[in-house]
Amino acid sequence: MTVMKSILGAAATLALAAGAALAEPALIYDLGGKFDKSFNEAAFNGASRWAEETGGSFRDIELSSEAQREQALRRFAEQGFNPIVTTGFSMAGPIETVAPDYPDIKFVTIDGYVDPEKHPNVLSVLFSEHEGSYLVGMAAAMASKSGTVGFVGGMDIPLIRKFACGYAQGVKAVNPDAKVIANMTGSDPSAWNDPVKGGEITKAQIGQGADVVFAAAGGTGLGVLQTAADEGIYSIGVDSNQNYLHPGSVLTSMLKRVDNAVYDAMTAGEGLETGVAVKDLSNRGVGIALDGYNEKLMSFEALASIYDAAAKIEAGEIEVHDYSADDSCPDLQF
Amino acid sequence: MDFPTLLQVLDSTVRLATPLLLACLAGLFSERAGIFDIGLEGKMLASAFFSAAIAAMTGSVWLGLLAGIAASLVLAGIHGLASITFRGNQLISGVAINFLASGLTVLIAQDWFRQGGRTPALSGGARFGNITLPFSGPLADVPILGPIYAQLVSGHSILVYVAFLAVPVTWWILFRTRFGLRLRAVGENPAAVDTAGISVVRLRFTAVFICGLLCGIAGAYLAIALQGGFAREMSAGRGYIALAALIFAKWRPWYAMGACLLFGFLQAVGIRYQNLDLGLITIPVQVMDALPYILTVVILAGFVGRAIPPRAGGEPYVKER
Repeated sequence: MTVMKSILGAAATLALAAGAALAEPALIYDLGGKFDKSFNEAAFNGASRWAEETGGSFRDIELSSEAQREQALRRFAEQGFNPIVTTGFSMAGPIETVAPDYPDIKFVTIDGYVDPEKHPNVLSVLFSEHEGSYLVGMAAAMASKSGTVGFVGGMDIPLIRKFACGYAQGVKAVNPDAKVIANMTGSDPSAWNDPVKGGEITKAQIGQGADVVFAAAGGTGLGVLQTAADEGIYSIGVDSNQNYLHPGSVLTSMLKRVDNAVYDAMTAGEGLETGVAVKDLSNRGVGIALDGYNEKLMSFEALASIYDAAAKIEAGEIEVHDYSADDSCPDLQF
Repeated sequence: MDFPTLLQVLDSTVRLATPLLLACLAGLFSERAGIFDIGLEGKMLASAFFSAAIAAMTGSVWLGLLAGIAASLVLAGIHGLASITFRGNQLISGVAINFLASGLTVLIAQDWFRQGGRTPALSGGARFGNITLPFSGPLADVPILGPIYAQLVSGHSILVYVAFLAVPVTWWILFRTRFGLRLRAVGENPAAVDTAGISVVRLRFTAVFICGLLCGIAGAYLAIALQGGFAREMSAGRGYIALAALIFAKWRPWYAMGACLLFGFLQAVGIRYQNLDLGLITIPVQVMDALPYILTVVILAGFVGRAIPPRAGGEPYVKER
């Protein structure tokens, strides 16, 4: 029995050592799923780009329930993957639990915040979504003829309110009299995957006069873009460039360069610098999408004023209020 | 709430109530025959996927609808096999169907289309358009009734009219035909039906397949009429709300329509008014979302009349020897 045990133990150690020697990176997607054409897909694209350029390989996993978060982290850590990149704010908690047990492995949370003092082996990547949303808010206000624009959020969480708040500020900057209608799809995770309800919210907003809607709602957002295209109004995509989904109807997309964050983390590998990294306009972490699908929808005047505002935000001349700073928004009531 | 707003909310109510109504009637047939069906959600989801997938491949919305119904019928057949033929636990079989549909749709979608568990976006002939009923144009100028006819009654997809026609048809089948009488009897006292020389198994299978047919239409409505394509888990719990509506309606067709319209209305109001301001108090949207379930619990607790399920519901029938 003891002999057997030690043999098994040795085998396990060998397996672990083999895993550690490779030190491949791993990627854990949030509940929205790998191919959500948005947030998680951007992470996958960044990892694929890294794999293509370096010839390396990475492991990834899609979660299907809350309970799997910690389990997936531990499994990858046990197998010696390094760094372990995760998407979604909900991973912060599980990382705080798991990270102290594996001090040699670097963890990356995108959208989550983990205290760098307590957890020296964690990198928190935070995006200034309010700045990117501000820019698409300006685009919305300039494209709107009715002076009313809509916002459809996914699950009602502070992060999504941050999008809404930045958007409303951008709208008001162009047209102080504009009306912003903001709706959240729901208060549980199914709100990320309910295109039918997203479409119905869009119709309700159109009924109230909105002629541009900004969807920050994962899979639900696809229903918003679809309905906007059906009803002949403009929509704005989120996270990934979604301009190609309904050419002529998708005005632009608010880019959140999750792909770059994942790419950078994987390129740095085991030597990854931990702490807190803020990706904003100045380091091109957020932005606005312009490509062949929407170049005819955006006038030069609109582009000029948007780029002007972007430069001012970068220079600190325009201060976009961050909802998560004090849980309130000057330009929008929820 | 002014008149045009009210019309818009009611219009939204009709759209939101349609899948609930179809699924609720589906459950009604099944449960009246003594087969509990938790699997409405899974059948809707499977139908949503296969209708969108076939519509995307063939470009024909009608072939899509048929494929959706076929997929739902297959799952109904599995449920029937497990719970009627093999006398298994109906709740477990239903839950299994939900899990099966949830995983299988995404898996097959990924294999066929490589778009991460989605179907390609549908357009043109691959989607149900909205039907404009005759005279809606000229009648729109008539005060009050004109806009109601033009906006509320006209301008929905054909499946909406099918759903609302299914209510009187269901009532007629259940309460005015011999088949309906036997169907209800088999849910109350299958031994009596058996004594009369009528096959319990056959009747129950028929009911389960009618349930599959209606769930199939409900799923197709989500994917190829309201939306243009399938997205994972797009049924988003509507099968469960339909079950709640069924209990709320005390297993009666006209009440079912009322319950589904009420639940649809609650959703529509929740969508339109994020926070409903009633002057003295403000009702947050979460209350609206939870209200269908709260109402169902109130009904089940017997505060507003008693909801009595079919007596033989949930029990497999074993012939006496």
